[in-house]
Amino acid sequence: MEVYLDNSATTRVFPEVAEYMTQIMCQQYGNPSSLHRKGMEAEQVLRRAKESLAGLLKVNDKELLFTSGGTESDNLAIRGVAQAYQRRGRHLITTQIEHPAVLQTMHFLEEQGFQVTYLPVDPYGRIRLEDLQRAMRPDTILVSIMHTNNEMGALQPIAEAGALIKRMNPNTLFHVDAVQGFGKAKIYPKKMNIDLMSTSGHKIHGPKGVGFLYVNEKVRLRPILFGGGQQGNLRSGTENVPSIAGMAMAAEMLYKNYDEDVTKLMACKKAFIEGVLRMEGTQVNGLLPGYSGGEGTAPHVVSVSFRGVRSEVLLHALEERGIYVSAGSACSARKPQPSATLRAMGVEKELLESTIRFSFSVFTDRQEIDYTLKVLNEIVPMLRMYTRKR
Amino acid sequence: MFKAFLIKYAEIGIKGKNRHLFEDALVHQIKFSLKKCEGRFYVHKTQGRIFVEAESEFDFDEVVARLKQVFGIWGICPVVYAEDEGFEKLAETVVNYIDRVYPDKNKTFKVQARRARKDYPKESMEINADLGEVLLNAFPEMTVDVHEPDILLNVEIREKIYIYSEIIPGPGGMPVGTGGKAMLLLSGGIDSPVAGYMIAKRGVKIDAVYFHAPPYTSDRAKQKVVDLARIVSRYTGPIYLHVINFTDIQLYIHEKCPHEELTIIMRRYMMRIAEHLARENDCLGLITGESIGQVASQTMASLVCTNEVCELPVYRPLIGFDKQEIVEVAEKIGTFETSILPFEDCCTIFVAKHPVTKPNLKIIRRHEQNLSEKIDELVKTALETNELIIVE
Repeated sequence: MEVYLDNSATTRVFPEVAEYMTQIMCQQYGNPSSLHRKGMEAEQVLRRAKESLAGLLKVNDKELLFTSGGTESDNLAIRGVAQAYQRRGRHLITTQIEHPAVLQTMHFLEEQGFQVTYLPVDPYGRIRLEDLQRAMRPDTILVSIMHTNNEMGALQPIAEAGALIKRMNPNTLFHVDAVQGFGKAKIYPKKMNIDLMSTSGHKIHGPKGVGFLYVNEKVRLRPILFGGGQQGNLRSGTENVPSIAGMAMAAEMLYKNYDEDVTKLMACKKAFIEGVLRMEGTQVNGLLPGYSGGEGTAPHVVSVSFRGVRSEVLLHALEERGIYVSAGSACSARKPQPSATLRAMGVEKELLESTIRFSFSVFTDRQEIDYTLKVLNEIVPMLRMYTRKR
Repeated sequence: MFKAFLIKYAEIGIKGKNRHLFEDALVHQIKFSLKKCEGRFYVHKTQGRIFVEAESEFDFDEVVARLKQVFGIWGICPVVYAEDEGFEKLAETVVNYIDRVYPDKNKTFKVQARRARKDYPKESMEINADLGEVLLNAFPEMTVDVHEPDILLNVEIREKIYIYSEIIPGPGGMPVGTGGKAMLLLSGGIDSPVAGYMIAKRGVKIDAVYFHAPPYTSDRAKQKVVDLARIVSRYTGPIYLHVINFTDIQLYIHEKCPHEELTIIMRRYMMRIAEHLARENDCLGLITGESIGQVASQTMASLVCTNEVCELPVYRPLIGFDKQEIVEVAEKIGTFETSILPFEDCCTIFVAKHPVTKPNLKIIRRHEQNLSEKIDELVKTALETNELIIVE
């Protein structure tokens, strides 16, 4: 039995999406900038994708820029704003638990002479609005906050933060990294005072190597790539037509069954959390007080610490039984070091290296959850027997 | 402009009656190493030399890089050859050669001609003198120095005329396959690939064994070992890599023996299994990357304990090396970057905080008795489930 519970790392592409993309690669393969009919066909595909995504977010289709994915979207948003608005101010605000695509970009800007404030989080992985309020300055040009944390699924108070920012300084722009949130939560940038929003295709059962950045039409952006002037000169390079179309189709499919899917995901999550907590020496990270089923956090991510078990070993033991999970977040699995996010949340040091992330998708069902719990109950006690003796 | 390479070989020149065996092995290794290069090559030996002649377009840098990895090669001389169309034409070719190879003409030189074909109208000494004159006239900045010339210009008159002056150093050593075969205990670390490289340099063919401990070590750790073997195989030719699943043995030792002695006892079983595989595969020795005192299991007292379990000689080419010296070789042969990728290997996962550094052989033997119930069965299973990966 193959049970893929690493959907925060990436997801399986919907078969319909793969089929549609193949068709585009073989038939509407033109360059959307070409003047002939082949070019126009490709442009039509692109336009349809854009309109459909814009419709889902209730934004203007001119406000979407297609990129190579979450990392590029974050870079373009943050560096693009910093460069365009540096005369107005050189201060930015973000959080301690952002994805490296945001954090590293912020570090780069600090080298360039910008000042950055990193907001701490509470034990549930959420920023406090008071902290944000205190950090705001007249020269703050951008606030960047992630929508859904990729390691334990904490949801940030995005709408409240948006309102606060605009109340304190209408000139400050608000960027949201919604790579994990898009498709799992309904996000409407205009209603939440979001000026820029990053997304990625491969987290929503679309292809890898594609994403988009929502940019409110009032925002001026400096491009970070220079070239042929595609997409209003803001993102040069021939548009990745098949992937963009695939991403749009995947998003449509998710939004179509949205309520049903989220209800099902939450039920899976609840059952899983209950099962895990029945085991000895476990802890679910980021649960809100009084919500033992994971209510108020993302429907698809659960972070569990297993006391006395090294996460990498547990990961491989689960792998032997066909269950694929992640130690910390997949992006950081290449350089094994305790998760900064969990540390920022105040998780015990001993548990940092014993934490596994389970992340679900619309393909996940109860049978898989039950199987995973059964396997965990078998192997965790066994692995605890054989550990480094002290 | 270069169409061929003259291969100079070192020690194999002095191997008496076995010389042709060594030369044949070297020709074989050169052919093998050039297989992955663009172009077709004719490798042959003639009158005490080995020539690599290009039969098509080729990438000079790529070929030189490959040849620099073939043990037994002392020097690689890029050769220009010309048809014999009279002395005038030869003089022109030589002038051309010097002009292109040495942009800076402020150098001393000596011409060294050799006639393999005695029907050539001039004698060697005559050719030396005449070509020397031609060059002095063509490049007034150049001067002759017959004792220590900057440029020793070789002109060999054979069917064709070969001209060369540069010697690119090769790796030295002896052609792989002339020295028998040995079993390398390959981990994912820095040392063992270097140890394999050093023994292979003496002409020894390498088989390897890796001890895998899933789920404690990941498939990426195993892939890393395969990648390391692939880098070493550029020098050694194909490597037969045996992957032994060591988990059950390790857990059993963990359960039955004192924790501080875990590593030593584990190492003893690794040596036993490696020796078994070595004998099955006609190897004449084991190779490890041990260096005295580097870690607890490599103190002299520990080596006494791990050494006694096998009868075959254990070659430890790094025994007197410092870590830094090992790292330098690892960087030179290109294994370092891969070795330092952070995946745990089975030697470190259960390691005690304070492992014994002066194990007592008698005590170790006694504690090993705790394993008597199941260990033979576990070793047998490990050997039976051995996975063979051919790395090339």
